Amino acid sequence: MRKKSFSFSLFVFVLTMIFFYTPIIILFVFSFNSSKTMNWQGFSLVWYKKLFTDSADIWRSFGNSIIVALSSSAVATFIGTLGAIGIRWYKFRSKRFIEIISYLPLVLPDIIIGVSLLIMFSLVKIKLSLFTIFLAHATFNIPYVLFIVLSRLDEFDSTILEAAKDLGASEIQTLLKVIIPISVPGIIAGFLMSMTLSLDDFVITFFVSGPGSSTLPLHIYSMIRFGVSPVINAISAVMIIGTILLAVLTRRFYKYMF
Amino acid sequence: MKVNYGTKYSLPMLIWLTLLFIVPSAIIIMFSFMEKNQYGGVNPVFSLQAFKDLMNSAYFKILLNTIYIAVMSTIFTLLLALPSAYYMARSKYKSFLMLLIIIPFWTNFLIRVYAWIAVLGNNGFINQFLLKIGLIKDYIGMLYNNNAVILVMVYTYLPYAILPLYAIIEKFDFSLLEAARDLGASKSQSVFRILIPNIKSGIITSLLFTFIPAFGNYAIPQIIGDKNTNMLGTVIARELTTGRNWPLASAISMLLTLVTVIGVLVFTSKQKNIKKVI
Repeated sequence: MRKKSFSFSLFVFVLTMIFFYTPIIILFVFSFNSSKTMNWQGFSLVWYKKLFTDSADIWRSFGNSIIVALSSSAVATFIGTLGAIGIRWYKFRSKRFIEIISYLPLVLPDIIIGVSLLIMFSLVKIKLSLFTIFLAHATFNIPYVLFIVLSRLDEFDSTILEAAKDLGASEIQTLLKVIIPISVPGIIAGFLMSMTLSLDDFVITFFVSGPGSSTLPLHIYSMIRFGVSPVINAISAVMIIGTILLAVLTRRFYKYMF
Repeated sequence: MKVNYGTKYSLPMLIWLTLLFIVPSAIIIMFSFMEKNQYGGVNPVFSLQAFKDLMNSAYFKILLNTIYIAVMSTIFTLLLALPSAYYMARSKYKSFLMLLIIIPFWTNFLIRVYAWIAVLGNNGFINQFLLKIGLIKDYIGMLYNNNAVILVMVYTYLPYAILPLYAIIEKFDFSLLEAARDLGASKSQSVFRILIPNIKSGIITSLLFTFIPAFGNYAIPQIIGDKNTNMLGTVIARELTTGRNWPLASAISMLLTLVTVIGVLVFTSKQKNIKKVI
């Protein structure tokens, strides 16, 4: 009887996996279809050829995505890590306030962040460009880095700081030789999470992007509005392979991310 | 006391989030109490017109539709997430199963939405297949309705719901279930009276992670929803662009924010540490 309840959960898990992977596998298979439709006509690499040789605009938007992801993740990781160190090991007056304002962007719907930034940018007359996308991405990434680094720092207690002080380390030495080194797995996990979120974001980017500053998700959006396209199938397949590689390679950092 | 380094370390974050999160939010709040300017933007005059517009039955219908979609998505997501997370937590191959959840979680959001267009669309896999074998004569319209939105919402937020449930069920002491059974509890009693109460915080987190993004969603109803019965998120975008009613867009944004904040406060009031919610 106990065996039976266990197999119910197995049944639902298998159902979930079928649900997760069926559409992905169908996309993958049809990226090798020789016809333009979702009707199988035979194996062909024609859409990959088109993607890699005749899709300059896709690669330009991919380049924009990478620029935004790297810059916004670097800034968010720097600011978020310092914030986590301050919050974890020190007591100060504005601490509770900082905790609340860094928690809110995590839970607010994307569209609120996108719309409020758009309205502010238009009020202070900042032209929408890759730079405004960078500002927006760093903003939504800072809280993620903060909480991921905090979860790493939680593995240590403050005796480690007291020990460093007792042995005569200055504040800056404590930071550089003790705190930063122990934070490294959290910092890497935070940076990875930021990169993923930045590359993934569509809604916030949609509101704060200007002419000529299309990112890959925005470009894909403009393509899927016209329905099924085999080139998108090919991009999807390439991106799914990239995701699988990334997911496998970064396994040791999961415990801080999720 | 000496210089407080905590303030120093947190200062860049405080400044950044103030300028790019607090200030924009404050502007939205102000705008919702102003008069609309028909060329976009606002006239700096106090007005409650936006909130009066919100009471309009058309928006009320959209609000109800938004609640319906968010609730249905949350229910289906949790029904799949709970047993799946339970199975993962008891499995011998935890890290591999975790990987199977992370892959769809990290796959680009638009690709995941597009995958459903490629499967369910008029020119999609299912229609093409059924036409080919002659089972149907014309396309079946499966997209651009509430059911398609709910389906893709479940697809999108299921990994977000599974991960926190898995994290907490993994820490659960399964011998408690056996003890309950030995003491004469039925199988469902042991699940509902021992397991569920012990993993309550994980269930709450999953609930929030599904309901909040579903309620405030813009992209999914915009891409595969019915243009007539839309959600609040798509109305914000419409009023901001073609509607040129910034106060109304701001007021709806405030409504979404309010629902989110109340949701978080109500659900987390019993939790000691907000960090555990993430």
